[in-house]
Amino acid sequence: MLSRRGVVALAASALLLGACGTSGDGEGAQPGASTGSEKVTFEFWNLATAEPLKGFWANLIKEYQTAHPNVTIKNIAIENDSYKPKLATLTQSGKAPDLYSTWGGGVLKQHIEAGLVKDLSSDAGDVIGALTPAALSAYQFDGKTYGLPTDIGMVGFWYNKALFEKAGITAPPATWTEYLDAVKKLKADGTVPIALAGKAKWPGHYYWAYLAMRVAGLDALKQAGTTNDFTGPDFVAAGQRLKELVDLQPFQKGFQGADYSTPDGQAATMGNGKAAMELMGQWAPSVQADAGKGLGDDLGFFTFPAVEGGKGAAGDAFGGGGGLALGVDAPPAALDFLKFALRPENHSKAVKAGAVLPVLKAGEEAAVTDPHIKTVSETLSAASGFQLYLDQEYPPAVGQEVNDVVAELIGGTKTPEEVVQAITETAKSESE
Amino acid sequence: MKTATTATTTGPGARPAPRAGKPATRRGRGRNGPRRGRGWVTAILFVLPALVLFTLLVLAPILVAGYTSLFKWNGIGPPDDFVGLDNFTRLFQSDIFAGDLRNGAILIVLGLAVQLPLSLGLAVMLNQRIRGRAFYRLLFFAPYMLSEAITGVLFSLILSPEAGLANQLLVSWGLEPWSWLSEPDTVMFSLFLVITWKYFGFHMIIYLAGLQGIPRELSEAARIDGAGSWAVFRHVTLPLLGPTVRVSAFLSIIGTIQLFDLVWILTGGGPSHASETMAVSMFEYGFKRSQIGYSSAISVVMFLISLVFALGYQRFVLRRDLEGASTTMGDRR
Repeated sequence: MLSRRGVVALAASALLLGACGTSGDGEGAQPGASTGSEKVTFEFWNLATAEPLKGFWANLIKEYQTAHPNVTIKNIAIENDSYKPKLATLTQSGKAPDLYSTWGGGVLKQHIEAGLVKDLSSDAGDVIGALTPAALSAYQFDGKTYGLPTDIGMVGFWYNKALFEKAGITAPPATWTEYLDAVKKLKADGTVPIALAGKAKWPGHYYWAYLAMRVAGLDALKQAGTTNDFTGPDFVAAGQRLKELVDLQPFQKGFQGADYSTPDGQAATMGNGKAAMELMGQWAPSVQADAGKGLGDDLGFFTFPAVEGGKGAAGDAFGGGGGLALGVDAPPAALDFLKFALRPENHSKAVKAGAVLPVLKAGEEAAVTDPHIKTVSETLSAASGFQLYLDQEYPPAVGQEVNDVVAELIGGTKTPEEVVQAITETAKSESE
Repeated sequence: MKTATTATTTGPGARPAPRAGKPATRRGRGRNGPRRGRGWVTAILFVLPALVLFTLLVLAPILVAGYTSLFKWNGIGPPDDFVGLDNFTRLFQSDIFAGDLRNGAILIVLGLAVQLPLSLGLAVMLNQRIRGRAFYRLLFFAPYMLSEAITGVLFSLILSPEAGLANQLLVSWGLEPWSWLSEPDTVMFSLFLVITWKYFGFHMIIYLAGLQGIPRELSEAARIDGAGSWAVFRHVTLPLLGPTVRVSAFLSIIGTIQLFDLVWILTGGGPSHASETMAVSMFEYGFKRSQIGYSSAISVVMFLISLVFALGYQRFVLRRDLEGASTTMGDRR
């Protein structure tokens, strides 16, 4: 009665391994694909289920197919949360889609290690040089490039200027002490200082990650990622700083059950003016307006404050974007289409629509019309260093563990010490 | 009408009914004897499709999961890192898994102690002649017809902290809004509330069916002997409803062991694993953390718990009911 499907889903997908593993190889290989008039069909898995990106890709596909009548692109758009399990089911069968959305980092690395992803280092050499290093870094491993970015952004505090003013906060806080003061002032004023989606877990990990970057520094964080040891005192200190914030009870009522983009979620709480700020990526303004009313001119952006005595630079940015990778058996036309999408005139269309931030070195900043996106874009290009989302950078087991234990720290069931121990334990056992 | 009821009166009461059927069975077997070979072929042909599907979709995945549970495997490429029973030792040391078991136990106990009696009470009421009886039956059964995903989404809107219907109602009655899904201490009860809403109608229908198989004459006779309503229910209705209650309890427990969809949509197992079930852990580790080996181990343990429970329940609790149902088998002996 209670879904047996759910229960055997795992086992069933394991069964698919046997079913598809053998037949997949022959099917995927399409020798001599776009040599001219020969018919080529490839699948394009993407996350563009909402405007403006949905229309952007649809138009681009239409244009490309008109120019190359022999190519048929199957546009398969999948909603964000079901994308990951769906992709996982396919990769378990030993296949990757011809062209597919990826956030790079640990998940892409697992695909690469399983030999599912095409190395683009030489085939896309002409495009790689034109892309910004921060945007590219998530897709590069051991000096090779396995994916091309189509979007890049960063996380920072989005705040409600009117509520800040009402609480008597004149300037956005630049240090952690100032930040905690601002939270106290907002609370004293009867305003909910911070909106947080506790159920979704990933928004909470932004706090710990940024604090780790500010306290321990970017290099130490990168180092910990390779040695799998997060037990250093600086990482514990990062958790303690977060604990200071949590102890002020700055989040909206019921935040532990709140999701991100649902009607009562983090974005809606922020967009309806019921909380003064949220720590979120470049998409925050559009989701606020979508899930709630949106703040319009009252919305402002400031970078994560510096922590006194910390080793990290205040200019280091934390974020990520989105990119596309190619399955190892993808026809050449798939790469050609990806290059087509990254042509300056096409990429700037997506930028102009306010959907993505420029990934190309030159020219596109001018195309940014949205003032919020412009702020993020300018802050990002001035950043002194860059760190990919931890739940993307690390293998999925480690990334989810970070999200999970930081959520428990925020929920009050784990101490800063237990957080670093749990992350270290998972990271060590994953790398064995 | 009269003859029909007398026939059923003797049915569950005592054993003569099967005895009467005995000669018929014997004659049947005698006639089928020579055609036995062809009968087998036909039988196998009829069973084959179901057998193939069962092997492919049930048996094979169970075996594959058992195999992969012995590997450390991220699900990509073939499993090659054999770790023996490491996944299981890790599982039994895990606080999260201990929490899963505890949460499952809480839901089972609440289900048996609250949900089933509630369904039974409603069934007894709706078995009486009241106005709009059919309408109420339909109304109470309706939640069961919704899919779990829809129920989950529906209640995540209703229980939403600010705009949700539940808290809006509480506020309009002058009460404090309640943290339905965000308090680790109480989230299980919110969850149980939703489960009860979804399934009480199902159990009610089972009980109604059972109640309708109980002849009215028995309670009439009891009443003539001077029994009150409660005594009639306690000493006539409930004992005769025994087989139905046992089956409904069985379904409720097995369903709770496998509970996934509602939890996943409502709480995702949170906050801080406070409402996580075994199936949620399995999905979390399998699909979000890519630890297919470990999550296979969870599914194997879940399967074993269900299996041991189901066999034990049949052996010790359903024994009497099954004996009653398989009298012809007994005759063949």
